[in-house]
Amino acid sequence: MLLIHCPYCEDTLPELEFAYAGEAHIVRPQDPSALSDEEWRDFLFIRTNVKGVHAERWRHVNGCGRFFNALRDTVSDRFVTTYKAGEARPEPETLEAAE
Amino acid sequence: MNAHVSSLGDAALSLLPPVARFNLRIAPADLAAAAKAFGVDLPTRIGQGVHQGARSAWCLGPDEWLLHAPEAEQAAIVAAFDAIRPSAAHSLTVISDREVTYGLSGARATELLTTGCPIDLRRIAVGDAKRTVFDSAQVVLLRDGSQDWRLEVWRSFAPHVEALLTTAQHELAAGF
Repeated sequence: MLLIHCPYCEDTLPELEFAYAGEAHIVRPQDPSALSDEEWRDFLFIRTNVKGVHAERWRHVNGCGRFFNALRDTVSDRFVTTYKAGEARPEPETLEAAE
Repeated sequence: MNAHVSSLGDAALSLLPPVARFNLRIAPADLAAAAKAFGVDLPTRIGQGVHQGARSAWCLGPDEWLLHAPEAEQAAIVAAFDAIRPSAAHSLTVISDREVTYGLSGARATELLTTGCPIDLRRIAVGDAKRTVFDSAQVVLLRDGSQDWRLEVWRSFAPHVEALLTTAQHELAAGF
C-alpha cells in the first residue's frame, strides 16, 4: 500500500484515506463562452499523460478533507513530494536542497 | 440505543448513549468567537482534542471541528452559535442523529480496531481523535485511554461495522 504525506495533517497515512483527483495546475478559463470548441475540449479532456514526474491532485477524503497536490513518478509510483493547494509546483532544485 | 452489544474475551464492544454532536466549519481567524460560544478552547492542531467539563472538541481538519456535549444542551449551543453568526461566519451542523457511537474497551480493544483500520493507532494520543476508514466506511476514532476507544460511524454504515467488529471479537476470543 502507498503511504502518502498529507501537507495539512503533516502526517504520512495509508492510501486508503486518499482519493486521486486528476492532473494539477489546470486553470479554468475566465470566460468559457469566449472559447472555441477545440479550446474548451482541450481544457476539459486533454491532459499531458506524463511518463515520469507528474503533478496531480489528491484529496484526503477520509481525513482532513482537503485537496492538495503531489508530484508522483508515474513509472515507479513513488511520491516525490506533496504540497498544499495553491502553492507553485516545486522545482527539482528546491527538492534536492530539501533532501 | 443504549444496548450493550457484547463483551467477549479481552475486548468489549458497546453501543453508547446518544450525545449532542456538531460539525463546525469556521475560518481559523474566527476561532476565538466559536470557542466563546461553545465554552471550550478549541484545539488548533489536526487530531487534537480538548475536554472541559462535559463538553469536548476535536480538530478534524484545518477549518473543521467535531463538538460533543450532553444531549440536553443541544438547543442552547445552537442558539449560542446563532448569536455570533453576524460577526463570525460559520456553519454549525447538528449531526447528533447522523452517527452512532460504539465504545471499545479491554486489553485487546486496540487490536480489535486494527482488524479494520489501516493506520498506526499507537500514534493517536489519548484524548485525541482521527477521522479515518474502517473497512471502507468513514469513521472518527476518539481515544479515551490507552485501551479505550470510541468509534463514531454514520448510522447507515453501523450494521456493517458492528458485524465486522463482532466477528473480529470472536476471532480474538478464539485465540487468533
